[in-house]
Amino acid sequence: MFRMLLKPFARFFEVHAKAHYRAERHSMALTAGIILAASVGGFIEIAPLFTIDETVESAPDMRLYTPLEQAGRDIYIREGCYLCHSQMIRTLQDEVDRYGPYSLAVESQYDHPMLWGSKRTGPDLARVGEKYSDDWQVRHLVDPRALVPESVMPQYAFLLAAPLETESLPGRLAALRTVGVPYTDDQIANAAVDAGGQAVPDTEPADGVAERYGEETNIRLFDGRRERLTEMDALVAYLQILGGLTDLPAETQPPRGD
Amino acid sequence: MMTRLMATERQGALILSGLVALAGLILAAAGRGDPMGVHGWITLVFAGGVLLIALRALDAPEPTEDRLASYYDDPTKVGILLALFWAVVGMGMGVWVAAQLAWPELRFDAPWSSFGRLRPVHTSGVIFGFGGNALIATSFHVMQRTSRARLAGHLSPWFVLLGFNLFCLVAASGYLMGVTQSKEYAEPEWYADIWLVIVWVVYFVLYMRTLARRNEPHIYVANWYYLAFILVVAMLHIVNNLAVPASFGAAKSYSAFAGVQDAMTQWWYGHNAVAFFLTAGFLGMLYYFLPKRAERPIYSYRLSILSFWGIVFFYIWAGSHHLHYTALPQWVQTLGMTFSVMLLVPSWASAGNALMTLNGAWHKVRDDATLRFMMLAAVFYGLSTFEGSFMAVRAVNSLSHYTDWTVGHVHAGAMGWVALISFGSIYAVVPLLWRKEAMYSWKLVESHFWLALAGTVIYVFAMWNSGITQGLMWRTYTESGTLAYSFTETLVAMRPYYIARVIGGALFLAGAVIGAYNVYMTIRVAGHQAPQIDYPTGSEANEPAVPAAE
Repeated sequence: MFRMLLKPFARFFEVHAKAHYRAERHSMALTAGIILAASVGGFIEIAPLFTIDETVESAPDMRLYTPLEQAGRDIYIREGCYLCHSQMIRTLQDEVDRYGPYSLAVESQYDHPMLWGSKRTGPDLARVGEKYSDDWQVRHLVDPRALVPESVMPQYAFLLAAPLETESLPGRLAALRTVGVPYTDDQIANAAVDAGGQAVPDTEPADGVAERYGEETNIRLFDGRRERLTEMDALVAYLQILGGLTDLPAETQPPRGD
Repeated sequence: MMTRLMATERQGALILSGLVALAGLILAAAGRGDPMGVHGWITLVFAGGVLLIALRALDAPEPTEDRLASYYDDPTKVGILLALFWAVVGMGMGVWVAAQLAWPELRFDAPWSSFGRLRPVHTSGVIFGFGGNALIATSFHVMQRTSRARLAGHLSPWFVLLGFNLFCLVAASGYLMGVTQSKEYAEPEWYADIWLVIVWVVYFVLYMRTLARRNEPHIYVANWYYLAFILVVAMLHIVNNLAVPASFGAAKSYSAFAGVQDAMTQWWYGHNAVAFFLTAGFLGMLYYFLPKRAERPIYSYRLSILSFWGIVFFYIWAGSHHLHYTALPQWVQTLGMTFSVMLLVPSWASAGNALMTLNGAWHKVRDDATLRFMMLAAVFYGLSTFEGSFMAVRAVNSLSHYTDWTVGHVHAGAMGWVALISFGSIYAVVPLLWRKEAMYSWKLVESHFWLALAGTVIYVFAMWNSGITQGLMWRTYTESGTLAYSFTETLVAMRPYYIARVIGGALFLAGAVIGAYNVYMTIRVAGHQAPQIDYPTGSEANEPAVPAAE
């Protein structure tokens, strides 16, 4: 019985070994074989993700990062925050209890690249937005151990002194549009102004941000100071929107016990 | 070294380095005020240095030796020294970032000295700097010996080696300035990626042209692996790095992929960087240096075929096991898990093939630390591939993922397998290349071996403990149904293991420093000895490429 089951495999291996014996005398045959064998898996796993509709849910209320939030995201990447903080709540009960509704694919639909992460030296940040005040975030970034004595997080006080570079933001948004984020011409043209506007509430530039990105947009002082636009403003603006791009996860996953 | 090149080749070197310097200048001008500009200057200085070396030897007389009658080992020698340099830098960075997690004050206050910016310097430093240089250098050595032919070309090996090191330099300096795509193990930005593609194409052409010269009908198994390494790494690198720059005057770019598709592409890349950079290439090393050192033929040719094609075919599917329980569709997760488990068969076939090769030579393993390095590497290869298949199972992964268990697993492979086989191969090849009797000190090789083993074991046990502890604490509930531990409580529990990790890493680093010193002293003071046969011959009877089967 066992022998019979193995027979086709033995047969296959016999043929395969013979084919290999011939192929290993021709470098191009080996090359072609390697490329072929190494292409199958990737093709079958990756290509359908772009074509199967159910891969990404549709969330009509999904909003885009504002220029200030996108600038903050770029700083998050620059500082390697993703190396210690994931942004992906798995479909496990303890994670949902600790961090909130599990992450949906649609939430990172416009994330070029995604920042799901691979290691939690610190906690997951997928839903950290609005969990703490702006003031807490700023003080925590300036001196993490002043607020959490056990923390091993590096301090980022220098962000408070670094003016935010906004000139390149139209170019960045345009590049993001090229790869598929639906920014409008208006949003791209005003990106530099909007970045500053989001951090100075009750001004004309701030109204422009609300007009272009919606009334729900967080328009606040972020780093607590009106006179300067800093990298701290951008990073805190980004942290505060995490988990807030769409309400779909909360709508589809009612809290336990309700 | 330049005087061994023909006058035309020296002129070629001059033109090539001039072109690269020009590219550096353009980069520096276009990227003024951006880290890209700094990279332009680095490129300019690097290529300018090469240009000066070429210029100084421009008027040297033509070489008189019959070049085809010998192997071309100069690039290999430089590659090995560069590998040792990067080993010390990369492992040193590793010890520093590990120490930052135990003693956060070691972060100091500079923007460039935080964990997030230094960690990629460590990973790229050891994977690409140390591993990549070791692979390129040994591949040059192995392809010549197993083909019994000289390298095809004298300029292209230098272009590959120095071009690759320029990439490593741009990568590492970029991380310190915050230049990163955030894709793990593919962090360098678009211009560095384009440069690496050019270098890699030249590498492939060089490999194929050398194989075409071979005095041997069959291509030896080590070369299958080196070839798979070159080809598939190119494929992975190009697809995963597709991106649109925000401006051609700045480093920042945005990945062509987003969200779930990006996650799958990234871990298709990430896991196969492990497969084809850190496994296939080093298996090539193992399949040449282990039988050579043991003076035993490979145990089974059939097993070599099975494991080679098994690894090439199965590994590609395994990447999605990095994304269990995430927003990735479950069918892809399941495929990844299934193939990861099946991967154990070709992996253990390779490890078993290597260990069975040692049958009849175990007394040499006992006496010769160099061969023991290779033997232990094969053992760790078997252990970490078993652990990898195990961790790819969804239920296990729910505990291990996001914790230090993954870090421990990676280091069992990287320190126990990749670094040990590299050091073993370096100790085997250095006396031959420099025409020396033996390494300067066998006692130092012996101490390196024990430091490396102790360091790896301490490191891996520390990470197993911290990873499993943290994973269990995260999922522990109180009797009233609430989570028992806050995140910070798990951090407190981690601390002793983080300190143990620093100790393990420091031991391993000490071993690498001793190794570098030993190689340096071998070149400087060890006695001269020319090997009996180490030149291309037409007949295998004179010089079997590897020990023949009885």
